[in-house]
Amino acid sequence: MIRGMAVRFVLDGQPVLATDVDPCTTLLQWLRASGRTAVKEGCAEGECGACAVAVAARDGHGRATFESVNSCLAPLFALEGRAVVTSEGVSEPGGVLHAVQQAMVEHGGSQCGYCTPGFVVSLFCEYYRPGRSGYDPEAISGNLCRCTGYRPIVEAARSMSLPRVDDPWVQALPRLAPAAPSALPVEESRHGAGPQPQDECFTGGGTQVLRPKCLSSALQAIGSHPKATLVAGGTDLIVAANQRGDRWAEVIALDAVAELRSFRESSGELTLGACLTLSQLEEHLAGCPVKIPLLEQLLPLFSSRLIRNRATLGGNLATASPIGDSAPVLLALDAQLSLASAGGTRRVALADFFRSYRRTALGSGELIESICVPLPVRRYQRFYKVSRRVLDDISTVAGAFALDLDGSKRVAALRVAFGGVAATPLRLRDVERVAQGRPWNPETLAILHGALEPLVAPITDHRGSAAYRKAMTHNLLERFFVETTEATAGES
Amino acid sequence: MTGRALYVDDLWPALGAAHAWPVMAPHTRAEVLAVHPAEAMALPGVLAVLTAADVAGMNDVGPLRRDEPLFPSEIAFHGQPVAWVIAATEEEARRACGAVRVEYRPLPPVLSIKQALREQSFLTDPERMRRGNPEEAILASAHRLDGEIFLNGQEHFYLETQAALAWVDESRGVFVQSSTQHPSETQEIVARVLGVHANEVVVQCLRMGGAFGGKEVQANAWAAVAALGATKVKRPVRVRLTRLQDMAMTGKRHAFLARFRAGFADDGTILGLKLELWSDGGWSLDLSGPVLSRAMFHVDNCYHLRNVEVVGRVCRTNRVSSTAFRGFGAPQGMVVIEDVLDRIARHLRLLPHEVRRRNFYARGDQTHYGQEVRDADRIERIWGTLLESSSFALRREEATRFNGGHDHAKRGLAITPVKFGISFTNASFNQAGALVLVYRDGTVHVNHGGTEMGQGLHTKIRQIAADALGVALSSVRIMPTRTDKVPNTSATAASSGSDLNGAAVRVACATLRDRLAEVTARRMHVEPEHVTFREGRVRAERGARPVAGSLAFAEVVEHAYLERVPLFATGFYATPDIHFDKQTGKGKPFHYFAYGAAVAEVEVDGWTGQYRLRRVDILHDVGDSLSPLVDRGQVEGGFVQGVGWLTTEELVWSETGALLTTGASTYKLPTVGECPDEFRVDFLPRATEPGVVHGSKAVGEPPLMLAISVREALRDAVGAFGSGGVVELPCPATPEGVYWAIERARGRAGWAPRFG
Repeated sequence: MIRGMAVRFVLDGQPVLATDVDPCTTLLQWLRASGRTAVKEGCAEGECGACAVAVAARDGHGRATFESVNSCLAPLFALEGRAVVTSEGVSEPGGVLHAVQQAMVEHGGSQCGYCTPGFVVSLFCEYYRPGRSGYDPEAISGNLCRCTGYRPIVEAARSMSLPRVDDPWVQALPRLAPAAPSALPVEESRHGAGPQPQDECFTGGGTQVLRPKCLSSALQAIGSHPKATLVAGGTDLIVAANQRGDRWAEVIALDAVAELRSFRESSGELTLGACLTLSQLEEHLAGCPVKIPLLEQLLPLFSSRLIRNRATLGGNLATASPIGDSAPVLLALDAQLSLASAGGTRRVALADFFRSYRRTALGSGELIESICVPLPVRRYQRFYKVSRRVLDDISTVAGAFALDLDGSKRVAALRVAFGGVAATPLRLRDVERVAQGRPWNPETLAILHGALEPLVAPITDHRGSAAYRKAMTHNLLERFFVETTEATAGES
Repeated sequence: MTGRALYVDDLWPALGAAHAWPVMAPHTRAEVLAVHPAEAMALPGVLAVLTAADVAGMNDVGPLRRDEPLFPSEIAFHGQPVAWVIAATEEEARRACGAVRVEYRPLPPVLSIKQALREQSFLTDPERMRRGNPEEAILASAHRLDGEIFLNGQEHFYLETQAALAWVDESRGVFVQSSTQHPSETQEIVARVLGVHANEVVVQCLRMGGAFGGKEVQANAWAAVAALGATKVKRPVRVRLTRLQDMAMTGKRHAFLARFRAGFADDGTILGLKLELWSDGGWSLDLSGPVLSRAMFHVDNCYHLRNVEVVGRVCRTNRVSSTAFRGFGAPQGMVVIEDVLDRIARHLRLLPHEVRRRNFYARGDQTHYGQEVRDADRIERIWGTLLESSSFALRREEATRFNGGHDHAKRGLAITPVKFGISFTNASFNQAGALVLVYRDGTVHVNHGGTEMGQGLHTKIRQIAADALGVALSSVRIMPTRTDKVPNTSATAASSGSDLNGAAVRVACATLRDRLAEVTARRMHVEPEHVTFREGRVRAERGARPVAGSLAFAEVVEHAYLERVPLFATGFYATPDIHFDKQTGKGKPFHYFAYGAAVAEVEVDGWTGQYRLRRVDILHDVGDSLSPLVDRGQVEGGFVQGVGWLTTEELVWSETGALLTTGASTYKLPTVGECPDEFRVDFLPRATEPGVVHGSKAVGEPPLMLAISVREALRDAVGAFGSGGVVELPCPATPEGVYWAIERARGRAGWAPRFG
C-alpha cells in the first residue's frame, strides 16, 4: 500500500496525522515545526536527551512500558501507529503537575529549564517501568544538564514512589502499547487488516522508504532495491542526516520486522535477532538461564538508556564502526552472523565480517538476520571500556577477553578483541594462538605482550593519542591477566 | 517542567518565519576574493543571500573594538560565516548554502599561543601588576621553582544554542527576540549594523537555556543577521545555530599559558613570585582585555603574595574569539597559583593543605593590587570548619591505607580555597535600573535590566519586590527583559545580576511604598513612617500600638489612584566606592569578596587513568542567602561545570586549525555518572554582607573554582603511584592526561602533552 508522506500516531493522547512530510524528517523536526515546544534540540546526535519523548512499547518480557527515545534520531515514519508522550502531555491538560514534575520542582531539578522536558520524560519512563523497586541511575544517563550538577535531579528520581494502580497512565498503558510482539504496530488491529501485515511505503523529497513487516518481504525489498540504505534503530544513520545533511534515494527500514527481534537459546547457541534493541536484549538476558558475562558487562556501558531503546545489535555491527562497543565483545564470544537474502541464509564468523574501514562482508541484497553466540561460553570474561566518562560515552579503546583454562591451569582457549585501535574492530588471533597450551602465568603474559606489540597500530584523534591507545591494549591485557589470576587463585 | 516555558526558537512557527543558514568558510585564514550568490538564489525557496553589500550601517559587531566584521573580507577562523542564506525552510536554506560559490586565497594562520608569541601576534599591550621586589625576594629564597602551565579553554555548551528571531513592525521598527545576556548591547549592535537609531530597535529576552557568559557579547552577531534578514526579505527571520555551528563559530573560555618563577621558604611560604600570563584571545578582542585583568586580579586567590609581579597579554590567533565564561579569567588565575603551591609542597615533601594554609591572607592584609582583604579571617574560619566537618585528617589516613593495599588504584584527597571579587572590573558597568508598575487591583509588574538564564535571578527579584511592597509572591510578575522598559542596561554577568538589579528594584519599590504610606497615613491619621506593609495588608502603628483595622494593599492602591498618586516608579543603583587605575595597577575594583572551600576525594585507576569522584564537601559563603534552593543550585552546578573544565572537557583542534570537537559526541561534559557519589554542601553561617541587598552575596561564579579541589585530588592520587616529588598534570586532566602523569610518577618515560 502506498500511503505517501503521511504518518498517523497518537501524540499526548490526541491522534495526529502528519501529512506532506519528507520521509527523512525526524520526529523532533516535525514536532518543533508544528509548534510543539516540549521537545528541544540540544545536539541532534542523541547525546543530550533534550528532545526525549516517551513511546508506549513492549519490553523484552512483553510487558507494556514507556520507552524513552531521542526524537532527534527517530524517523517520523518509525512512529506510525504508536503512542508518543512529551513532557507537555505527562500531566492532565491544565491539571496538576505529574509526580515526576512535582519531584523535580521540589528538589530544584530545573534551572535554565531547557533540558527539563527531556529529564521529565526520562523520569516518567522510569516511573512506569514495570517491576521497578528503586531508581535506576541509567534512566537519566542520556540526559545532559549544564546547570544543576545533577544532584537535585538524582534526588528527585530517588524520591519517586511507585505509581498507584489507578494512575491514569497505568490504566492507559496496555491500550497504548502495541500488541505484543512489539514489532507489530497497532495500526493493523485498528484497521482490521488481514493476517498478513502490509508493508508501508513513504515517499517524498526524493526519498523512498520501504518499511516491510515481515522477513520475507524485507528480503524481497532488499533484493529488488540492492542499493537501498538499511536502517534499524537509526541511532547512527540519522546522526549523519542531521549533522552532514546526508539524504538517501532509497531506504529500507527494518524496525517493524518481527522475525528480526527474536531471542532464542537452543542447540548449543544463543540466537539474538539483529533488530532486538539493546534494551530488549538486556531484559531477555536478565531472564535467561544462560549467563553471558561479557554482554552483561557491555550493555550498561553502551551509550545511554535513550539510545539503547532504539539501537540494535545488528545495526551496531553493520555500521562497522571501529569504535562500536558490541563488536569486540561478540568477537571474544566467537559469535557468528546469520546473513539472509532472498536466496537463502549463510553463516559468517564475525571475525571475518569486518573487511576494512566501515566495510563488511554483507553482500548485495543481504541483511544480518541474527547474531549467534556459541554455548557454553568461556569461563573467564571481561569487558573493559576506556573512555572519558563512565556513562554515555564512546570508547577510546574497548577490550574484550575470554579465557578457558584446563585442569593444570594452562590456556585451553583465549580470545582477545579490541575496538578503537584499528580501522575495524580487531580480533588478535596471533596473540590467542601464542597463548594456546601455555600456563596462565607472568611468563606467558610477557610473551603475549610481545605478540601483541606489532599487531596494533592505532591512530591519534580527538578521543586519544596513538601512544595511549597502544598502551591501553597492553594494560587491558595485563589487567585481564591480573584479575583472572586473582579469580583462579580463589578457586584452587 | 511542562515544556511550555518559551525560548527564542520556540516562537517562529507561529510567525511563519524564514530561516537563515550560514555559509561557513572551509579555511582557517584566507582572503575572501568574491562571493557568488546567483546559483543559490535560483534554488527553490531561497529568498536572499546576505552579504556585506546588504549592510546599510556598519559591517561590524565588535563590542569593545570594531574588529568583528559580520561579513568578513578576510576569514580569521575555521568555519567563519562569509554569507547567510535566507530561505522559506531550513532545509532549503541549508541546501542553498552549498550553492553559494566563494573564492578564497588561503593565508598562513596562527594556531597557538606559542606561535603567537613567536610571531608577536597580540590583541593588547602588556598589562602589569606589581608589589614589592619579587626578583630580589626570589634570589634571597632558600628554594626556587619555575615552570610552565597550559590551561585549555572550555565550551559553554549552554543547552540552548545561540538564537535570534527578528521582524519589522508596523512603525518600521525592528523587534528582536534574542537569547542574549545583554539586550542593550544587542540593541546597540543591531542598530549599528542596520544603520538606524537605538530607538528604532527593541530587543527582548524571555529567558535563556543557559548562557554562562557565552551570550554576554556573542549573541549580538546572530541578532544582527536576523534583523538584517528581516529588513531585506520583509518577513520574520529566524537564526538558530545548530550545535555543530555553535561550537565551531562561537567563542569559549580562554586558553592560557602561564610561566612562573617562585622563591619560597622551608615551610612553603611564598617569598617572591613572578608570573607571565598569555591568553588566547582568538581572532578578535571581544572581552579578552577584562578577562585577562580578572585572571591577574585572582592569581593571589587566598594567598598573601608579598613580592609579586604579574604580567599579562592577550594573543591573537586564528581561532574563534574567546569570550566571557563563568569566572571570567579568575579560574585560570587560580588554577595557576594552586598549581604553583602544590608543586612547592611536593617539592618540599610537605602536605599541600598545610602549605596552602601557611600562605593565607590575614586580617589587615592587602591584595597585590592594593585592595584590603576584608573578612580575611573568613578564609581561616571556612578552612578549619571544613577540615573538621569533612573528617579530612581521618580520610587522609584511610586513603593512605587504601593506597598501601592497592597497586592499581589510588585515592587522592585535597582541599582548596576560593576568594572571588564581586563587581564588574569596569566600574561604569556597575549600575542597574528598574521600572515597577502597580495596577489598581494591587498586582505588580517588575521590569529590570537583568536576564534570566537559569540562575534564578527572577526568583530572587520577585522575592525582593514582594518583600519590599509587603505583598504575596503571587501578586508580583517579572516581565520579560526588554530594552524599551529599562534602557542602557549592563550585561547580566559578573555574578552581579541580583546585587545590581535587586537593589534597583528595591529602590523603585521603596519609592512606591513611601507614596502608598503617605496615602495610608492620611486615611488613618498616623505618620507615614508608622505605616507597615506585610502579607498583602497595610497597617499603621501609633506609638508602639497598632491602630485598629488594616487595609488590603489593593485598597490602598485604589485610594492612591483616586488621589492621583503615581503608581509606577523607576529605581536606579550604582555600586559605591569602586575604582581601579590601570596605569598603576592599584585600586579597589571589587565591592566585596565571596569565599569558599571544597574537599574532594577521587579514586584513580592505574591501568587507564580513569577516575571517579567519590566525595565532595563544600563550605561556601553566600552571605544571608536570598534563596537557599537557588544558591545551592548555583554552588553545585558551578562546581560540576568547573569539574568538567578541569577533567573530561577537552577542546581539540586539527593541525590546520579546525575544531574537531564540535558536538556532544566528541566534547564530553559531565553526565550524572560524573556527579560525586557523595555531595555535601553547606553555607557559611553568620555571614551577612553589609551594603548588599538583603545581606546576600553573589553566587553565580565563585563556586566554579571550588572544582580546583578535584584537580588537586587527582594530582594527589597520581602522586601516590610514585614515590613523591612534583606531579605535573595537564589541564584538563583527561583520563589520558592522568595516565601519562601516573607513568611519569612511576618513573616511566612517555609523558607527552598534546598542547601548549
